[in-house]
Amino acid sequence: MTVQELPGAGASHRSTPPPAWRPRTDAAPLLPDPEPYRVLGTPAADRLDPELMRRCYAELVRGRRYNAQATALTRQGRLAVYPSTVGQEACEIAAAMVLEEQDWLFPSYRDTLAAVARGLDPVQALTLLRGDWHTGYDPREHRIAPLSTPLATQLPHAVGLAHAARLRGDDVVALAMVGDGGTSEGDFHEAMNFAAVWQAPVVFLVQNNGFAISVPLAKQTAAPTLAHKAVGYGMPGRLVDGNDIAAMHEVLSEAVRRARSGGGPTMIEAVTYRIEAHTNADDATRYRGDAEVEAWKAHDPIDLLERELTARGLLDEAGIKAAKDAAEAMAAALRDGMNAEPVIDPMDLFENVYAQQTGRLREQAAMLRAELDAAEQEEGDGS
Amino acid sequence: MTTVAVKPATTKPATMAQALNRAMRDAMAEDPTVHVMGEDVGALGGVFRITDGLAKEFGEDRCTDTPLAEAGILGAAVGMAMYGLRPVVEMQFDAFAYPAFEQLISHVAKMRNRTRGAMPLPITIRVPYGGGIGGVEHHCDSSEAYYVATPGLTVVTPATVEDAYGLLRASIASDDPVIFLEPKRLYWSKSDWSPEAPAAVPGIGEALVRRTGTSATLITYGPSLPVCMEAAEAAREEGWDLEVVDLRSLVPFDEETVVASVRRTGRAVVVHESGGFGGPGAEIAARITERCFHHLEAPVLRVTGFDIPYPPPMLEKYHLPGVDRILDTVARLQWEN
Ligand SMILES: Cc1ncc(C[n+]2csc(CCOP(=O)(O)OP(=O)(O)O)c2C)c(N)n1
Repeated sequence: MTVQELPGAGASHRSTPPPAWRPRTDAAPLLPDPEPYRVLGTPAADRLDPELMRRCYAELVRGRRYNAQATALTRQGRLAVYPSTVGQEACEIAAAMVLEEQDWLFPSYRDTLAAVARGLDPVQALTLLRGDWHTGYDPREHRIAPLSTPLATQLPHAVGLAHAARLRGDDVVALAMVGDGGTSEGDFHEAMNFAAVWQAPVVFLVQNNGFAISVPLAKQTAAPTLAHKAVGYGMPGRLVDGNDIAAMHEVLSEAVRRARSGGGPTMIEAVTYRIEAHTNADDATRYRGDAEVEAWKAHDPIDLLERELTARGLLDEAGIKAAKDAAEAMAAALRDGMNAEPVIDPMDLFENVYAQQTGRLREQAAMLRAELDAAEQEEGDGS
Repeated sequence: MTTVAVKPATTKPATMAQALNRAMRDAMAEDPTVHVMGEDVGALGGVFRITDGLAKEFGEDRCTDTPLAEAGILGAAVGMAMYGLRPVVEMQFDAFAYPAFEQLISHVAKMRNRTRGAMPLPITIRVPYGGGIGGVEHHCDSSEAYYVATPGLTVVTPATVEDAYGLLRASIASDDPVIFLEPKRLYWSKSDWSPEAPAAVPGIGEALVRRTGTSATLITYGPSLPVCMEAAEAAREEGWDLEVVDLRSLVPFDEETVVASVRRTGRAVVVHESGGFGGPGAEIAARITERCFHHLEAPVLRVTGFDIPYPPPMLEKYHLPGVDRILDTVARLQWEN
């Protein structure tokens, strides 16, 4: 789908705010709007909070820089792989921004930027992709679940955690992220169904970036939109322009608010586009043309906000430069962090398989220890 | 000659099902973070009634009828455990746990390791398993080989009423995920057991010599234990004095008890219901050979279910290892070289 084909693209935008959430007994509001909800470039932008939008802008610029830096690190061999979110920064950042300290984020393997936007140290967020350990942070400390590589499997975790928090009387919302391809998985279905039946305080954010590796959305689903899927589970489905950070922030905030106040789960389909290849190992020219990519570049999340804020006199050259400088500082810190050789201890292999090491693992650890000692001895003799 | 055991006044015959039920009840009463969940576990008390009365006593938030979705059940349990609860999940039947294997293998078994110990998952997964109850297909699988092949999972299986209680309490208390395999054909087996003063049993990872003997060791677990005990009695007539080791825990595997027994007897037969090729018996036989080679008077033999999909009820008696097949195998231990 190109920007031009995108429902509502370029033409008349919604002029009214989205309808207020209504109780789930009223079936009609479950249905998503026919067009992705937009704020930027529409009269709805009149009520934007300038402070919030300036923060969004700085975060977007930082996010874009983060993507560029991480991609550069793959070229230097510092990262085994990096699934870029260039073009999708508004989704990643809005997801992190709408959560409170006590809330939980359940990212997929693509969503390191969301984790970084939530405050996770970029180097810690990248250990999975660097390869020195699977999860480089304590999930409980940051309230960020491990990045999930098996698609959609983190979604039922989000439901279970949100449910548990509610049982304990805690004010906690879980926000779970998944791609368009991931919505075809059974775990997506089971998670949506559990969440709705349990009325768990969960928000499902589907980033529809057009492709699952090479497979376009049309081969993934026959549903009119992914947001329509929510209806069958008995939860509201929202369709939103994923490149419009103001719209993303508004729709996500509303869903989080609703979950927090006992209103149950919401599923949001953010229509966006993956500008870069699936990962550095992918050849995107095999399944899509330049024209399509160029069209989406014209609908860039940073440009959209920059245009809006500049036109309204809320952002000037100095503001743009300040955002860029902050992003450069982040990139420099990330480079430094990634250029330091990670400390790895082969004996870690046998740690944390079980609370108490089994006899079998003790034997295998002893074998590796002996091999390492012998190698060290040899090195010592050789020099 | 028969000896009559003198029983304390409080004990009366209890079934394994009652002991399992009591284990969950006691754990829930002691620890508010213990939550039971699964298909039909609430008002019905589970299709085998193992969770009978728990929803009534502790409320539906603590004993929850979930939607019918095994991946969803286990996946939600992962999230609940991440938040500090101790979920006890019931999988309705062995073969219906398979939809949850993605969650089990990719997340449950690995979360401690992925997070370097920051996020252990104390989940107990109860799986009624094995045949001998005349169930139609998909209701009788012995699925233990899949579980024992997955690092990060603890796998236990009780064969007695005492162990059913003791091992389930230990599993729920474990900070690691435990696959708790319930031999469904022993659900109604009885023992003089007092829920008021349950006998202490050895913990997870410890095997027990259920019967001492000198001529060979039968190594078994779960549903095959009573069969082996019966075979050992019958073997006396043939002049065989068989030792019977009940593994109780497949992972961790109590190699020392097994090895000590086989070194004493010099001969070993591993008995289980699941298929032989790639089954737990293959691993156990290999370990015995590695550790007891010079003590062995004969190769380690196995009596297992056939390497076939579980047969229909009218044929299962031909498939399941019975006393005769065990005795025939024991006879083969008289190795001629
Ligand atoms: C269960 C599972 N199957 C297959 C894969 C391999 N795989 C990794 S990413 C991907 C495509 C995912 O597409 P989508 O859900 O749209 O997310 P996106 O990559 O676009 O963010 C596939 C098939 C996987 N990670 N997990």
